[in-house]
Amino acid sequence: MSSSNLISHSTTTDNKLVYMANQIGTFFKSQDMDTASARIAEHIVKFWDPRMRRAIVAYLDAGGAGLDPAARQAVESLRPRL
Amino acid sequence: MSFVHEIDYGTPKSKSEKTVTLTVDGKQVTAPEGTSIMRAAMEAGIEIPKLCATDMLEAFGSCRLCLVEIEGRNGTPASCTTPVAPGIVVHTKTERIELIRKGVMELYASDYSLASLDRSTKESKYAALLDIAEAVGLKEVRYGFDGARHPNAGIDASNPYFVYDPAKCIVCSRCVRACEEVQGTFALTISGRGFDSIVSAGMNEPFLESECVSCGACVQACPTGSLIEKSVLAAQTTEKPADRSLVTTCAYCGVGCSFKAEMRGDEVVRMVPYKDGKANRGHSCVKGRFAWGYANHKERILKPMVRETISEPWREVSWEEAITRVASEFKRIQKTYGRESIGGITSSRCTDEETFLVQKLVRAGFGVNNVDTCARVCHSPTGYGLANTFGTSAGTQDFDSVEHADVVILIGANPTDAHPVFASRLKRRLRQGAKLIVIDPRAIDLVRTPHVEAAYHLPLLPGTNVAMLTALAHVIVTEGLVNEQFVRERCEWDAFKHWAEFAADRKNSPEAVAKITGVPAEHIRQAARLYATGGNGAIYYGLGVTEHSQGSTAVIAIANLAMATGNIGRPGVGVNPLRGQNNVQGSCDMGSFPHELSGYRHISTDSVRHMFEIDWGVELDKEPGLRIPNMLDAAVDGTFKGIYIQGEDILQSDPDTKHVAAGLAAMECVVVQDLFLNETANYAHVFLPGSTFLEKNGTFINAERRIQLVRKVMEPKNGYEDWQITCMISNAMGYPMHYSHPSEIMDEIARLTPTFAGVSFKLLEEVGSVQWPCNERAPLGTPVMHIGQFVRGKGRFLITEYVATDERTGPRFPLLLTTGRILSQYNVGAQTRRTQNTIWHEEDRLEIHPHDAEERGVRDGDWVKLASRSGETTLRARITERVAPGVVYTTFHHPNTQANVVTTDFSDWATNCPEYKVTAVQVSPSNGPSQWQEEYESLTRRSRRIVPAGAAE
Repeated sequence: MSSSNLISHSTTTDNKLVYMANQIGTFFKSQDMDTASARIAEHIVKFWDPRMRRAIVAYLDAGGAGLDPAARQAVESLRPRL
Repeated sequence: MSFVHEIDYGTPKSKSEKTVTLTVDGKQVTAPEGTSIMRAAMEAGIEIPKLCATDMLEAFGSCRLCLVEIEGRNGTPASCTTPVAPGIVVHTKTERIELIRKGVMELYASDYSLASLDRSTKESKYAALLDIAEAVGLKEVRYGFDGARHPNAGIDASNPYFVYDPAKCIVCSRCVRACEEVQGTFALTISGRGFDSIVSAGMNEPFLESECVSCGACVQACPTGSLIEKSVLAAQTTEKPADRSLVTTCAYCGVGCSFKAEMRGDEVVRMVPYKDGKANRGHSCVKGRFAWGYANHKERILKPMVRETISEPWREVSWEEAITRVASEFKRIQKTYGRESIGGITSSRCTDEETFLVQKLVRAGFGVNNVDTCARVCHSPTGYGLANTFGTSAGTQDFDSVEHADVVILIGANPTDAHPVFASRLKRRLRQGAKLIVIDPRAIDLVRTPHVEAAYHLPLLPGTNVAMLTALAHVIVTEGLVNEQFVRERCEWDAFKHWAEFAADRKNSPEAVAKITGVPAEHIRQAARLYATGGNGAIYYGLGVTEHSQGSTAVIAIANLAMATGNIGRPGVGVNPLRGQNNVQGSCDMGSFPHELSGYRHISTDSVRHMFEIDWGVELDKEPGLRIPNMLDAAVDGTFKGIYIQGEDILQSDPDTKHVAAGLAAMECVVVQDLFLNETANYAHVFLPGSTFLEKNGTFINAERRIQLVRKVMEPKNGYEDWQITCMISNAMGYPMHYSHPSEIMDEIARLTPTFAGVSFKLLEEVGSVQWPCNERAPLGTPVMHIGQFVRGKGRFLITEYVATDERTGPRFPLLLTTGRILSQYNVGAQTRRTQNTIWHEEDRLEIHPHDAEERGVRDGDWVKLASRSGETTLRARITERVAPGVVYTTFHHPNTQANVVTTDFSDWATNCPEYKVTAVQVSPSNGPSQWQEEYESLTRRSRRIVPAGAAE
């Protein structure tokens, strides 16, 4: 079984990831609104393991409820970097 | 067998750079101005007899044994209190002097509890006073040994580790002065006058009941054996109580004290703080000095054990069987669930070399980057915050720096309990006149303690650090207190301007922030002015800063303050994280975080990764791995199935215990390597017995970035040093590791890590210790960082917008719980609970303000239920005004308290460091343990059953 088939994140984990992405967003939005989504994405690529990144992108694909606009844009930009 | 000999120069070293030349016993001697004649003589190899003098203490001049004659001067001055002077001619051994010394010594001996000067009797064999009597040539005591003696209330053996025998006391005051000058507790005094004078602890109390903190400084200072370790008395059965000594590094907190381990065979007789230890300068606390007995505790596990499921009893097996099991299980799991389904946790209690090997095993042997360490739950925000502002993930100073500080901000740290030896050094500086600002929800000891009083205590509400720090910045910016020259030269100017504009916003003013923090605006203003204008300003902080949703932001706010006031890049200033574990700095430096290799270099950086790939002969994954909380989430989700945990007890130390338990329970192979069956081992399938710091060679790195040797003083009782066990696992997994000594691992670290390029065991043997960076540019290390320029080039200011944590109080949970430590216990207590330190702290208590207690009908000592959204536990209450109304506090040293059942899964936005320091709770009277506590206790009992090897099933 390849590891990419292992996405079976629970709602709890999804909620946590959304919460974390928004939290990261809050910091970078306070630095500079214009660069926020790029820096959120950079932070996620730097610190989240691939399964967490895949899970948040999958979550966005399923609607992405609760993701703050800057965080949503950041997650969107992760797609080519999965 | 050899001993490490330390010379006692009699008085402290003079700091003067001007030298003076004099003649002592016909020898030309040169010494710094202000040096005592006693010290100058000793430095030239001429020993003057002494009783009341020792170089750890200021000269006192009371024993009259060290008298000398100086040509052209009258009388016989004491050499300890008489400074050197140019051209003076000193005689230390004239007939007149020797006669006086003998006479003085004769009086001391007549008052000492002896029947004769004969050294052959049992009682006199170890009488330290007689060593000095011999040295001054005393042959008889004309007054006899039956005369009146000073009062003797009998031996005080109340302290678990040492005794005080008044019969052997000569009232030289060394113990009293050590308690004052070195420890700064002022627990001892001389009571009575003249012949009635006697050492007294507290108000004539037994030592245990006095304010004594059992640091051992008095015992170390005592020249006569009146104060002496019980372990030494027990060993005084043979010719020599100890047969050798070695210098090693304490394995408790991040101060990193050096000790001489005095050994007899494979037994420690005592640990004596080592004067040349640059972190502790000859001082110690109750843990390092005395609490090493856990190494021989009956509960220590010495044989490997396995079990199929966590409901079965443990089965003792051979090392071979245990290691084979680990390797075959990890391989099976990877085959079934994918490469990324396993990982490891390195230990901040183990050596650098051991930590480096565990992360190497995970990255190179397992082929994943799922490796993390306990710094995740303590100082990971320090790493993020300081790396993004200054460019490196560590404190900026050495501990000596505090001697040059004029204003100290202490925020979210309680050094007298958690970093006691640093606290003593800080208190000494405060007694010399430095000012202290304490920012802490709780009135820690340093707010007011003998001869120390904080200029300001800002008792903010838990969770409001960022608001407070930004308000301090507001005052500095708007009142024109910025060190503009420093900022222009050393920092990114545009980023500064952006930040200054933000800081100056009215919403960050002390007046606005007072409503958030609960601290009056005027106090915030005055504290900010003091820090900005009071001379060298140094900030020391602890987990009260990092363990929050905004932990990283608070660290950035601290860095901003230091940059704005120019308090960086020289002695006496800086940003100083007080790190928790003995080697948490080292474990971070060694590449224990999932996203970075040793020396804080990101795993995705091709050039760095390729260097490791060539050295290790294997391809590495370039993606970051899982952090501890992410591992547990992934375990619950079914994508993470196996873990190798070296020396960490995540079940007790990590937040939201139920989630940790669920994560561990969901794994198919949990391997715990530790000294004891810790709480995490309740969920383990393989237990590998670990070794103590006394049983291994290696290095630890303390909070000052100081790399110090740990020396093996005895063979590992479990058979192997921890690094050897990791090698065995790696070899069984098919990734060969062959090292014959940890020094070879350090050579590999140095080869692969630019900041460690100059480090080797040979260098450490030669110079004692070095602070990284240690390389071609700094061959002997770097005591103070960011001199001239920041590691990242220009310092960078970042915006620190305060965001309230989502953990809020409300009608159901109206109080805020914060957590901390106590002096006598260490962290989860795995070691200290297995020593006599339990005499000081048998259980964790809940501190609650009288007002909150009364409202709930809680009396002091009552059992109370402590409940949060996560869970509930019970413990006993202590009613105190140390905590403000609305705030409660507890420690987490005992597993049955289960404080982390209550803490939540909120964490720092940047690093996932848990928010231990803020939990909304309710407190109510209770009759006994919670259901979770009862169930957990039953699980613990079941999971500690062991079937010895060879026993019938």
